[in-house]
Amino acid sequence: MSGYEMMIGLEVHCELKTESKLLCACKNAFGGEPNTRICPVCTGYPGVLPSLNGKAVELTVAAGLALGCKIEGLCRWDRKNYFYPDLPKAWQTTQFGMPLVGSGMMEYEEGGEKHVLRINRIQLEEDAGKLLHDGDRTFVDFNRCGVPLIEIVTEPDLRSPGQAAAALTEIKKRLKFAGVSDVKMQEGSLRCDVNLSVAKKGDPPGVRTENKNLNSVKAVVRCCEYEAARQIKILSEGGSVRCETRKWDDFAGKGIAMRAKESFGDYKFIAEPDIPPVELSSGYVSSVAASLPPSASARRQKYTACYGLPEYDAEVLTCDCAVSDLFDDAVKCGADPKKASNIIMTGVLRLAKTEGREDYEIKIDGARIAEGLALVGRGVISLNSFIGSVFPALWGSTECAEDTVVRLELQQLSAEETVKIVEETVKENDSAVAEYLSGNKKVFSFLAGRAMKAGAGRCNPAVLNETLNKILNKKGD
Amino acid sequence: MDLSTLTLKEISGKIACGEVTATEVTENILLRIEREKQLNAYITVCRESALRCAYETDKKIAAGEKTGPLAGVPVAVKDNIAVKDERMTCASAFLKNYISPYDATAVEKLKNAGAVIIGKTNMDEFAMGASNKNSAYGSVKNPLFRDCVPGGSSGGSAAAVSAGLCYAALGTDTGGSVRQPSSFCGVVGLKPTYSAVSRYGVTAFASSLDQIGPVTRTVEDNAIIFGVICGRDVRDATSADCGFNAAEIRPGLAGRKICVINEVMRSELLSGEVKDAFYAAAETMKRAGAEIEYVSMPSFDAGIAAYVAVSCAEAASTLSRFDGLRYGERAAGCGYDEIVANSRARGFGDEVKKRIMIGNFVLKGDNYEKYYVTAMKMRARIKSELNGILRKCDFIAVPTAPTTAPGADYEPQTLKQKYYGDMFTVTANLSGNPALSVPMKKSGKPAGLQFIGRCYDEKTLYSAASAYLSEK
Repeated sequence: MSGYEMMIGLEVHCELKTESKLLCACKNAFGGEPNTRICPVCTGYPGVLPSLNGKAVELTVAAGLALGCKIEGLCRWDRKNYFYPDLPKAWQTTQFGMPLVGSGMMEYEEGGEKHVLRINRIQLEEDAGKLLHDGDRTFVDFNRCGVPLIEIVTEPDLRSPGQAAAALTEIKKRLKFAGVSDVKMQEGSLRCDVNLSVAKKGDPPGVRTENKNLNSVKAVVRCCEYEAARQIKILSEGGSVRCETRKWDDFAGKGIAMRAKESFGDYKFIAEPDIPPVELSSGYVSSVAASLPPSASARRQKYTACYGLPEYDAEVLTCDCAVSDLFDDAVKCGADPKKASNIIMTGVLRLAKTEGREDYEIKIDGARIAEGLALVGRGVISLNSFIGSVFPALWGSTECAEDTVVRLELQQLSAEETVKIVEETVKENDSAVAEYLSGNKKVFSFLAGRAMKAGAGRCNPAVLNETLNKILNKKGD
Repeated sequence: MDLSTLTLKEISGKIACGEVTATEVTENILLRIEREKQLNAYITVCRESALRCAYETDKKIAAGEKTGPLAGVPVAVKDNIAVKDERMTCASAFLKNYISPYDATAVEKLKNAGAVIIGKTNMDEFAMGASNKNSAYGSVKNPLFRDCVPGGSSGGSAAAVSAGLCYAALGTDTGGSVRQPSSFCGVVGLKPTYSAVSRYGVTAFASSLDQIGPVTRTVEDNAIIFGVICGRDVRDATSADCGFNAAEIRPGLAGRKICVINEVMRSELLSGEVKDAFYAAAETMKRAGAEIEYVSMPSFDAGIAAYVAVSCAEAASTLSRFDGLRYGERAAGCGYDEIVANSRARGFGDEVKKRIMIGNFVLKGDNYEKYYVTAMKMRARIKSELNGILRKCDFIAVPTAPTTAPGADYEPQTLKQKYYGDMFTVTANLSGNPALSVPMKKSGKPAGLQFIGRCYDEKTLYSAASAYLSEK
């Protein structure tokens, strides 16, 4: 950095989890056959008019509350006019002058330190369609057209790629806990643009670039590092940074200049005459606040105070709303909180974060965790084989835990069977036994492992250890 | 008996009681449309669907089933209002083969009331114009003075009603487009209170000014149509209930206080002919017991400038959807930008292009503050001054247009002549108030008397207009 300082601000676009689109009754969903969720309204046919989705307004207010922002009493709608094939009306319905949510402040943690990020505004707008390229032909899919989207604009308070990553992660987490969005960056339900400038410490802020197409938190970090280095190189060679929009290519690990940054006039904003202004009473705002699901910190507190979980567990369980929901669900279904916590921390987190994904994808419900724990409690299976074998088999399946145990033949062996296996293991491993007896106590676990393997992992571990200990001690006498 | 000379009220009564069939009435109108083809009032005649609808209506009536108040009555619809499965060209070459996939709310309401949609009327392209000469489908002739224009933009609707080619028509009024052609063709036209009639299905010209309005031969018929099409619609967030009931209207001018705006009467564009007719009308109203006061409205003259800036800005935005990609005529081109540019260059007529350019100009960069914001401020002032006057009186009366219908070959020489023809009508669009035009001359070319009322008070306008017409 050699005396330079970064200033980073984020523009986070997040699709809201509503049933229908922002201005029409079409379903709001991801994927599917192109142009199957469209109507004359979202494809801009002559004569159609928008009908504002009240749920989208409610979720925007929820997002504002979750991010510590002021909810404005009166907001208006604007048209951002521009031509693009994925924008059938040739304008985006947005909020330019008077957004639903005003400024605010959000605390986040990075490297064990607490920081504050100021939020400038949150506006509600509509998403555009998608272009599908096939050779030299281009098709347009309007399914996404009109999906409600909030744009969260932060102040340029972030000073490092790490801070940008931590702040974005915190925003994602809060939005997910507030039930606003599923914040899946890879599916595009949450997208982040990075505005970055560099300047010598003490100098006024430099010229910023806007960097688009960031599909993961990691990409944000990489892009910030790349862009800062690029700008510093230009400045230190005496050049000047161009105010432009750039596209990040995560595969190549570099950014590409797209176009000079649009000025306000290029978009030709105009007041939206077809949607009346929305007035939010304080009563409405407090009812939204009251109906918000509990935040991560509220849940953390509940886990330590009510369930007596260690701070560490509570922290891990609230790393993601889906994880926390699963834990609550398991406890509700009768699982012991600490045991459920152990299973989730060891079993779930590994499976829920598959290769390359930053989002947790939970493919099991609390009921089957509770059921599995009950089987462990009744001695039907060992905790280890539940975590190691049953759990992965349950993941993504609809089978109940008991059927899976039977299908995989994982029922724990009886004490007698276990004793028999241990006795045979001792017989078959003379040299190891001799080594143990000569004082190398480490061999105990080797023998225990052998026995467990001989029992195909189904021995009762307590009985196994006890029996092995007894036999070896007898031999040593 | 010539069925076509009957009023909407009369013909609907005759159909309801079985004196004539809907099919006879519809066939008669279709015949008349064919005979008066040279008027060019219709772009599309919905012959088959109209006859089918009339036939169904007759079956219902014969079976004694309940039918709506407009059962079997042929009604025309301006070609910028959507009728399901019918062509909607907006008088533009761009949409020459466009079939609307849905009904406008007002059309749906007409159909539910039993009306037979007889055809789509000619107009100025995208409702931009005051002569009906800006139509890709040829201009419309004034049925009363055939070498004159019918006015615009709802010229086809006014001509069709005036010539007996339907019993009522829907028009749209953004700056006077229902009232001015009604004035020129000697018929009754209402620009309702903004939001009284759902705009769902109207191809927008300027959404904050547009309203659907009925064109009829009598005040009573007008109120009947307005009563059918008005009301809150969930598909138009700006629409509202107006509590209107046509049956409640009683002619009445006695004791009414009427204001006349000085700026209108002093306007250099106001012709002597219209001025005289207006003063005569004022006398008639006095005779009927009304009190007339002349008042000043300082912001009045700024109306046209504010109107041009606001309407063009909104038009530039709303017409951007016509890119040739999803519907309409697509021109050849290499890539998106070229296809869009070529389609628009070929599809839009000159007047539309000009207004789009004006609109983009007033929104671009610094012009936004200089023109658009200034115009919006002026609009707010006009609204406040107009409603200030309306607090002192029951309604305002002024001529609908400064002149009678000009000749078809008349070309305005100055910008002022071109745009200031709307200067008496735009005020009500900018302010949102209802305005009704009724014929006021006894002979010669017709001219309209315009009543501007308080919001949602169409009732007072209708009462006054029927009292005036019976006194005249």
